[in-house]
Amino acid sequence: MALKKDFVKFDKVDKSYDGKILVVKDLQLDIEEGEFVTMLGPSGSGKTTCLMMLAGFETPTHGEIYLDGRAISSIPPHKRGIGMVFQNYALFPHMTVYENLAFPLRVRKIPKDEADKKIDKALSMVSLQGFADRMPGQLSGGQQQRVAVARSLVFDPQLVLMDEPLGALDKNLRESMQYEIKHIHESIGVTVVYVTHDQSEALTMSNRIAVFNDGKVQQLSSPDELYEKPVNSFVAEFIGENNTFAGEVTDISGGKCKVKVANTEILANPISVKGKGEKTKISLRPERALINPSDKMDNIYSGKIEEVIYHGDHTRVRINLLGNNEFILKVPNSSANMDIKLGKDIKIGWNSEDARALDPK
Amino acid sequence: MSSETKKILTTDGIPLEVSLKKAERRNKIKAFLLVAPLLLFLIITYVFPIGDMLMRSVDDKMVTEMLPKTFKAMEKWDGKELPEEEVFEAFYLDFRKLVDEKREGKLSTQLNYTKNGFKSIIKKLRRKSKSFEEGNYKEQIMSVHKRWANVEYWKAIKRRAPAFTSQKYLKGMDMYKNENGEIVSVEEDRRIHRILWLRTLEIAFFVTLFCFLMAYPIAHLLATLPMKYSNLLMICVLLPFWTSLLVRTASWMILLQQQGVVNDFFVGIGLVADDARPEMMYNKTGTYVAMTQILLPFMVLPLYSVMKTISPSLMRAGKSLGGTPIVAFWKVYFPLTIPGIGAGCLLCFILAIGYYITPALVGGASGTLISNQIAFHMKSTLDWSFASAMGLMLLAGVLAIYWVYNKLVGIDNIKLG
Repeated sequence: MALKKDFVKFDKVDKSYDGKILVVKDLQLDIEEGEFVTMLGPSGSGKTTCLMMLAGFETPTHGEIYLDGRAISSIPPHKRGIGMVFQNYALFPHMTVYENLAFPLRVRKIPKDEADKKIDKALSMVSLQGFADRMPGQLSGGQQQRVAVARSLVFDPQLVLMDEPLGALDKNLRESMQYEIKHIHESIGVTVVYVTHDQSEALTMSNRIAVFNDGKVQQLSSPDELYEKPVNSFVAEFIGENNTFAGEVTDISGGKCKVKVANTEILANPISVKGKGEKTKISLRPERALINPSDKMDNIYSGKIEEVIYHGDHTRVRINLLGNNEFILKVPNSSANMDIKLGKDIKIGWNSEDARALDPK
Repeated sequence: MSSETKKILTTDGIPLEVSLKKAERRNKIKAFLLVAPLLLFLIITYVFPIGDMLMRSVDDKMVTEMLPKTFKAMEKWDGKELPEEEVFEAFYLDFRKLVDEKREGKLSTQLNYTKNGFKSIIKKLRRKSKSFEEGNYKEQIMSVHKRWANVEYWKAIKRRAPAFTSQKYLKGMDMYKNENGEIVSVEEDRRIHRILWLRTLEIAFFVTLFCFLMAYPIAHLLATLPMKYSNLLMICVLLPFWTSLLVRTASWMILLQQQGVVNDFFVGIGLVADDARPEMMYNKTGTYVAMTQILLPFMVLPLYSVMKTISPSLMRAGKSLGGTPIVAFWKVYFPLTIPGIGAGCLLCFILAIGYYITPALVGGASGTLISNQIAFHMKSTLDWSFASAMGLMLLAGVLAIYWVYNKLVGIDNIKLG
């Protein structure tokens, strides 16, 4: 069976709550069947609105959403057959775990013995066998979260939506739940649309990430591409750590460009600059810049160490480089790098293709 | 080892327990002093009056004290034939004393409660007794009026001998103790109190039901509307609280009377003919309408406070899991509002069951409640002990409802705000 490329399709969707401000602007988004897509963005970027439109709790102001080829704007939420995990779990507090899971099966009139099998299966999937008779209030946050996940999957939906489901958990639990959800997704192959504002969560879990800002998808790509090859300054700054140099393009040729920064010219990879004289912002990941570089690197400069922060496995070094006082380096704690001291001048280098010249925003 | 752990000493050698008690005692005294004014207030204004009411409702000392010799003499009387001379003599002596103290009127009132017809014969006895000769009082008293020779009247006097009586309570249920001491119902056409009790329960029940039906959607709106609208709506709900009860009731009178606004409107739109305006006041309809409006906030507020705590995502979850809006409401939302429903209904019912002013003003004859009867006995007949008895029966009824509620729903499930 071929997997559909556009299992979920947002087609030119606009959404406005008050008729003045567009929360979602001309959204175009295709989600493949069986994919784990994360909508990532700062709060107010429109990602939750998109999820709510998909679930049916909000209607698009303009445009159409298709699920498996059907336009769903006129289908009420309960007929869409979409599983959903809510931010605060939304477990029914007056029902036991069993009854919570039985709810979607009962409304579908599934016979009791079949329903019991499904519930057992769903509970074992989230390793909560034996908790069926507990009330949600008697469970810990993590356990409630698992019940919510189990409940959203128990009726075998084609699509599951998750709205910041791990937001209320502490860090360790959140990380283990991330893997658990990822494994569940891999084992049953359901399509998942996941909303979060936590980039590390998005990077660990997703097949593809849609970065939202200002009601628009800034970039939709796999986690590694998103991190390695951001297409604009917003994505570069939102995902991971980033060193930037603002400057002006002086020359562009042969897949490289020269950018004038603080009286010197940096060689960079032209991503969104087209010609001379354009303002640009160069983005460079901290781990792509090395100290004591080899001569093969085409950018080598000298800077002064402003701050050294010990992080156990690595050391963060803040350097004043080419007028940028916030240039960060991550130096592995190996014996070769013991001479990093505050106030010392060191040489730093990187390859021009790692320095991406993006929009100047 | 155990003796060492038993007595832990503080640094200056005082046993820990003693030191703890000392520290706690100050707090306890402080706490008690803080609640003392309220406690005193409650005792004076609540416990004491209720106790007094209880005493008054069973107290029957008045006649016992007025006729001490008579009742002593009556102890030997078997209560079948007319009593012996010594009873008559004792009664004469007691009666003379009362006449001297000008208290025979009270006696006649009291005895008249027990049996009709005492009033006139006591009046007559007072006049005649001035010229009584010593000795053979039986003959002389019996000759005053033929009722004095009737054994039933003497039995009636004897029934007033005990200092305490359940008579008022029986009367409240249209029952009485007959001559043989059996508890029987009064004749069918005189059973007014039972009708009143049933009507009170009926009106309280339906007012609570109407309040619930109207308050539920309002409370839901209040809990789900955006703040700027819900505040306005909340003010609308609370507005009646800021208006005097009398003003509200009077405005209902203006609206509901036969030449009133509502009737004019009905005639205006052609719903009813001008000469067939329905009576909406001075009957049950008026009581229902006005009481429902007045008690509505008491239902809205507990419901609102519970609904406010129900996360909107629960209904969404119910729908996204495949429940139609009705199923999601019935299986998810409604069960979560039960504590509020319980609190609101209990509050409304208890308030309605003892409601007084509104039914008195708009109820007419068929819309009055037991509380109006109590007030009637307090103000008009001055039978305070009967009023007390009925008040206590009302209180017992409320406590019984409370108890049933606790058994069915559980009182800790209640949520008032």
